[in-house]
Amino acid sequence: MSAPVAFSLSQTAITCHAFNADRSQVAVCLNSNDVTIFSRAGNDWKVAETLSEHDKLITSIDWAPNSNRIVTASQDRNAYVWQLTPDPQTGKTVWKPTLVLLRINRAATFVRWSPNEDKFAVATGARAIAICSYDAENNWWVSRHLKKPLRSTVLSIDWHPNNVLLASGSADMKARVFSAYIKDVDSKPAPTVWGERLPFNTVCGEYASPAGGWVHAVGFSPSGDVLAFASHDSSISIVYPAGPVVYTIKLNYLPLVTLTWTSEDGLVAAGHDCQPLVFSGSEGGWQAVGTLDDTTANKGQGGARSGFGGASPVGKLNSAAFHTFRSADSRGVGGAPGSPTAGSGSKDTELLTVHQNTITSIRPYQGHPGAVTKVSTTGVDGQLVIWDVNAVAGLTARMSSLRT
Amino acid sequence: MSNTLRPYLAAVRSTVTAALTLENFASQVVERHNKPEVEAGSSKEALLNPLTISRNENERVLIEPSVNSIRLSIKIKQADEIERILCHKFARFLMQRAESFIVLRRKPVTGYDISFLITNFHTETMLKHKIVDFIINFMEEVDKEISEMKLSLNARARVVAESYLTAFTS
Repeated sequence: MSAPVAFSLSQTAITCHAFNADRSQVAVCLNSNDVTIFSRAGNDWKVAETLSEHDKLITSIDWAPNSNRIVTASQDRNAYVWQLTPDPQTGKTVWKPTLVLLRINRAATFVRWSPNEDKFAVATGARAIAICSYDAENNWWVSRHLKKPLRSTVLSIDWHPNNVLLASGSADMKARVFSAYIKDVDSKPAPTVWGERLPFNTVCGEYASPAGGWVHAVGFSPSGDVLAFASHDSSISIVYPAGPVVYTIKLNYLPLVTLTWTSEDGLVAAGHDCQPLVFSGSEGGWQAVGTLDDTTANKGQGGARSGFGGASPVGKLNSAAFHTFRSADSRGVGGAPGSPTAGSGSKDTELLTVHQNTITSIRPYQGHPGAVTKVSTTGVDGQLVIWDVNAVAGLTARMSSLRT
Repeated sequence: MSNTLRPYLAAVRSTVTAALTLENFASQVVERHNKPEVEAGSSKEALLNPLTISRNENERVLIEPSVNSIRLSIKIKQADEIERILCHKFARFLMQRAESFIVLRRKPVTGYDISFLITNFHTETMLKHKIVDFIINFMEEVDKEISEMKLSLNARARVVAESYLTAFTS
């Protein structure tokens, strides 16, 4: 058990993050049009490089661990593949972008390298997923589109370990599994639980979210035989396609927006409640185990967030214009009762959780697929936090301690 | 705080907290645009069911959530003609200064007195629970403000009437 390690990278939101293979560098988007690469310097992160090419918000970054390439997707409808190449003039290595011919006319929302790193998938707002592979002749990336049953913006995707199947979660309240088989790139895949013959754009599975919420996150288990998806109706569903069995866990938390598998029988998901939740189970059933964020440590000021009775009259009503208006209006009355007092202290501005705002991205940090020991999260509060997956604080224990 | 106000505000608070689960969502209708879906209304699936919380027939809140924005409209209590005028003037005053209130909408939704539009850009730059606090606080204060103005209006009317009538008492 070890406490989470938090780094405050910026004051602005972090839309996405991706580590390199040895975790010495992290590429993040600080809610802007640029990718910022931070290098680890001791116990701190220093800005090493800024990659600018996009001209709208970058929505997703992925860093291929073996080929050391970065792919970025942005709301400007483009994606770029960045590669370290020596600069002809200075001889220094710089990140050089390669254009990707996405052929989409709406925002690109999510991007992930395939496990073999020979292709990647870009989720888009154009009701399509672009599967991109490299065209050596022209030195660019060409794409094929998965279009068929998609009815709305695709919010997230995840690759199956066999490099062919792709899961997607979209705003039409469905999670789907597609075949993204490209003849020139892939060898014929072995049959899986999802299907045997898999030509391009085969829909291997379609799963509706339990109460009609947008599917924010999807993830294949390390073996690829199980699919998990989190939707906006505050639920997480685990799909066993062989049955087919779908386990749905309904939560009394705010919706989860991102998830990652840590082992074949466990996953970590996080979202608007600012804390990573741990789920575990097997083919027999799934349940929420606990949270990685032990908020009991400083529960002395608990309830500061929910207790509205104690809220003092602060906020925008306290503005100077308002005062002028008020004193002019109540001229002669003077010293009006209930006049706004000075703002309440900073006590209630902080949440009890480590993250102070929505967690938007969670990724494996340490370990290998199937035995992840640490995960990293970034959120709207501009923090990068590294969590020990095994440091689970039980939900039941926490609940009972709150009651006393 | 009266007995019915507390559960009313609690209901609004929990609903707004749940509705403020916003994310950055580019328009799927217009290229390279990013607009509040609740205002654009062009993608049906990006909207959630609107919800009304009523305290009584004169006081209610309409919350319209969507994927990247929520619109919250408040109907302020107006018992008589004076309160109606005061409320109208007050809301107008605030909405003319909507920029400095950031989340305030320049025009209320039909049937309501004042509307707020909170987008994902607001929840990214401000603390979410503080935005909720502000809304709740506004709802608490606005009633107080209107009744206070009504009292001072009556008091002034009395003073004016008295000083006018002293001319005839000699």
